[in-house]
Amino acid sequence: MHASAVWRTKVPRNPNLEKLQTTYLFPQIEMKKKEHLLKNPNANLIELGVGNTTEPIPKCITSSMAEHCHRLATYEGYKGYGDEQGNKDLREAIADVMYKNTSIDGTQVFVSDDAQCDISRLQLLFGSVVTMAVQDPCFPAYVDSGVTIGQTGDYMASTGQYQNITYMECTSDNDFFPRLSNMPRTDVIFFCSPNNPTGHAASRFQLEKLVDFATSNGSIIVYDTAYSEFITDDSPKSIYEIPGSKQVAIEISSFSKFAGFTGVRLGWTVVPTELLYSNGSPVINDYDRVVCTSFNGPSSIAQVGGLACLTPQGMKEIRKVINVYQTNTKLLIHTLTSIGFQTYGGTNSPFVWVHFPGRKSWDVFAEILEKTNVITIPGLGFGPAGEEFIRFSSFARPNSMQQACRRLKDHFTKN
Amino acid sequence: MATATTAVMSLQVPSSSVRSSASSFLSPSNAPAVFFVPRLFPKNIGSFKISSGRCRGGIRCLLAPEKDSEYCTKVSRNANIAKLQAGYLFPEIGRRKVAHMQKYPDAQVISLGIGDTTEPIPEVITSAMATKAHSLSTIEGYSGYGAEQGDKKLRPAIASTYYDGLGIDEQDIFVSDGAKCDISRLQLLFGSNATIAVQDPSYPAYVDSGVIIGQTGGFQTDVEKYGGIEYMRCSPGNGFFPDLSRTSRTDIIYFCSPNNPTGSSASRNQLTQLVKFARENGSIIVYDSAYAMYISDDSPRTIFEIPGAKEVAIEVSSFSKYAGFTGVRLGWTVIPKELLYSNGFPVAKDFNRIVCTGFNGASNISQAGALACLSAEGLKAMSEVVGFYKENTQIIVNTFTSLGFKVYGGKNAPYVWVHFPGQNSWDVFAEILEKTHVVTTPGSGFGPGGEGFVRVSAFGHRENILEASRRFKQMYK
Repeated sequence: MHASAVWRTKVPRNPNLEKLQTTYLFPQIEMKKKEHLLKNPNANLIELGVGNTTEPIPKCITSSMAEHCHRLATYEGYKGYGDEQGNKDLREAIADVMYKNTSIDGTQVFVSDDAQCDISRLQLLFGSVVTMAVQDPCFPAYVDSGVTIGQTGDYMASTGQYQNITYMECTSDNDFFPRLSNMPRTDVIFFCSPNNPTGHAASRFQLEKLVDFATSNGSIIVYDTAYSEFITDDSPKSIYEIPGSKQVAIEISSFSKFAGFTGVRLGWTVVPTELLYSNGSPVINDYDRVVCTSFNGPSSIAQVGGLACLTPQGMKEIRKVINVYQTNTKLLIHTLTSIGFQTYGGTNSPFVWVHFPGRKSWDVFAEILEKTNVITIPGLGFGPAGEEFIRFSSFARPNSMQQACRRLKDHFTKN
Repeated sequence: MATATTAVMSLQVPSSSVRSSASSFLSPSNAPAVFFVPRLFPKNIGSFKISSGRCRGGIRCLLAPEKDSEYCTKVSRNANIAKLQAGYLFPEIGRRKVAHMQKYPDAQVISLGIGDTTEPIPEVITSAMATKAHSLSTIEGYSGYGAEQGDKKLRPAIASTYYDGLGIDEQDIFVSDGAKCDISRLQLLFGSNATIAVQDPSYPAYVDSGVIIGQTGGFQTDVEKYGGIEYMRCSPGNGFFPDLSRTSRTDIIYFCSPNNPTGSSASRNQLTQLVKFARENGSIIVYDSAYAMYISDDSPRTIFEIPGAKEVAIEVSSFSKYAGFTGVRLGWTVIPKELLYSNGFPVAKDFNRIVCTGFNGASNISQAGALACLSAEGLKAMSEVVGFYKENTQIIVNTFTSLGFKVYGGKNAPYVWVHFPGQNSWDVFAEILEKTHVVTTPGSGFGPGGEGFVRVSAFGHRENILEASRRFKQMYK
């Protein structure tokens, strides 16, 4: 067909989507993986990149999901639509188990099909007029969803940043916590701890400063705590451990990484009733409205699984799986440190953030992939301050991690 | 930006001086205030009243929780959300039902309102899901993140089952957690500059999601419409198909067939006109075919049966009403490769970006269920479930017809659209609820074109449908 005969609608492309520079980061990594496999069909690839969980879900959890599936085939057990905010028992269980030392209750918990989806719903909530701050580096969904909704200006190739976003550098120089006194006020502050990708878990002292900063600026923190179950020291697991936080913070979290629910899809968002807009109207009302309009609750099967996760037995079994990944992390850190690399993260996170001074992270990514058949993620994908870093994830079968470590050691000690 | 004045208007508690038909969703004065959600708030918050308490941030709060001097952030409320008149329609119906049950604790309330499926999911489907769940505990069977666009076996199965021979292939299929969620993702895709047309009446998610994303102006109480939306009246007078010659051009046209709430399904001829209209205007149709399996006659089951549709249409659909997946959550959106923006960029590429950024795929267990739905046995089982609800629909149609009502829909959809000429639909809803303990849905909840109608949904156990019919006969004899 002649090119000029191809039909076009008269609908203009959304200019916000035009601003996005590339494919979303994780599909980009997938593409690199596929290209590599095309060139090297026999390569035994080990994935320490995307952070896809690998260990099976404990039986006590999957059997309760399977039982629920069977119940759906019965007259007495069948259930149709659930509450858009999530199953009441599950909301309460999340509050009881995850927020037991806070005054968060089930009515403030919105169960969802996971944090990545909630981030976009929160952006719908906030709208295009708000200003946002993100850590640099950070999980790319905050920036990309902000661009999509229209909060940003154009991408500036010179800085690797979008206009109208405040990027709060988090590097080894500032202990991976931004120098807040240098930061302008923004309406929303996205903050992830334990951090993806740096692995740093903010201390109580740091979070108190963050809450103070938000309070004096009248900002809203969106606190991403998807990796809190990987904390091994006494770093706070929730922003709500900090006094005054309920007036300034929303918290998002996920069953993906701690329960292996990456494919099952379950997470939650906490919006305290104390969180108010400048005109006094409760943010929770509007979030509820967004949820009721654009969502219909997570799968009931996933929710039954979530309830099983939060039982004492479920948490005990899950802890064993987390230990597997933590053993991976220790081996990874040991290997990389013995090679002579400076590593960060890992103590409170399944991510290890490794410094390759003076080198471009996509080049290091390519070298590691080509020479060791190990996939990682280049730090630049998470923001300009990620350049010179590589993120290694600990989500791998233990054998694979051992093999990956051997290959990395072989390659880097030879070269 | 929300100013204090706008904030007060949008937070206004409905008073008895406001006509109950003033807004599609406004409830009569004895109903809870707009922001009070009884089951949502903890006991210590209670209701909101106008207070002169000062926020500790030094900002005057005009509507504040009962505790004085509450801290307010300095973040402005999203002005788009402030435009929404009340809660989303179906939770509002749910609230009314709960209030009614509290008032009459011994009443056997029958729900023919929200359209929630009631019959068990066929075992061929649930056992596939149970097997998948069990397999997640095994090393061989465990899977983590799936492809954001959907399982690689499910996408071709959807393409071949529903779009065979129509030039739609697996690459055009995006599996999701339901059509309602896809509608909001499509709105994110289109952005705030896009103009939209909807049928009037229509499924409220199209309008409400459009308001939230910023495509509309404020709500105009005199006409009960949001500024900036083109409402295409669908009434008995025009066979529930809009007069396109009097419809202005918009970028996007939301069209649902078989229709929720009217139950009307567009004919091939009508859809050909619609596709022609979209082509002439360079518009994009978002065709909601969630009820296609309910079609009994030769109405098209997909927009892509119409030549030329691939270049002007997106289709959304769902297993909710076919397989009882309302709680399981599985749907899909079709975006043909041929669908291009004015600059030639493929719409599917941008939708893929939205799906990868703001979504992470439907639950793998639900997808396993969907795959089982599309097996030969699953398709047969689904058609039996659909057949059961269609029998329910016939019972309701017969009931209202025998009582002398003008009844629409019901043939190709699980909804019966009953005409109550000259009456306020919320009043009829309330009267039916009060006198028969049956929940329906007032037509004006779907748009001003729904005034004078009530939607009765046919999802229910047979004995409840029969009992509801008996009660209707009692009330209207």
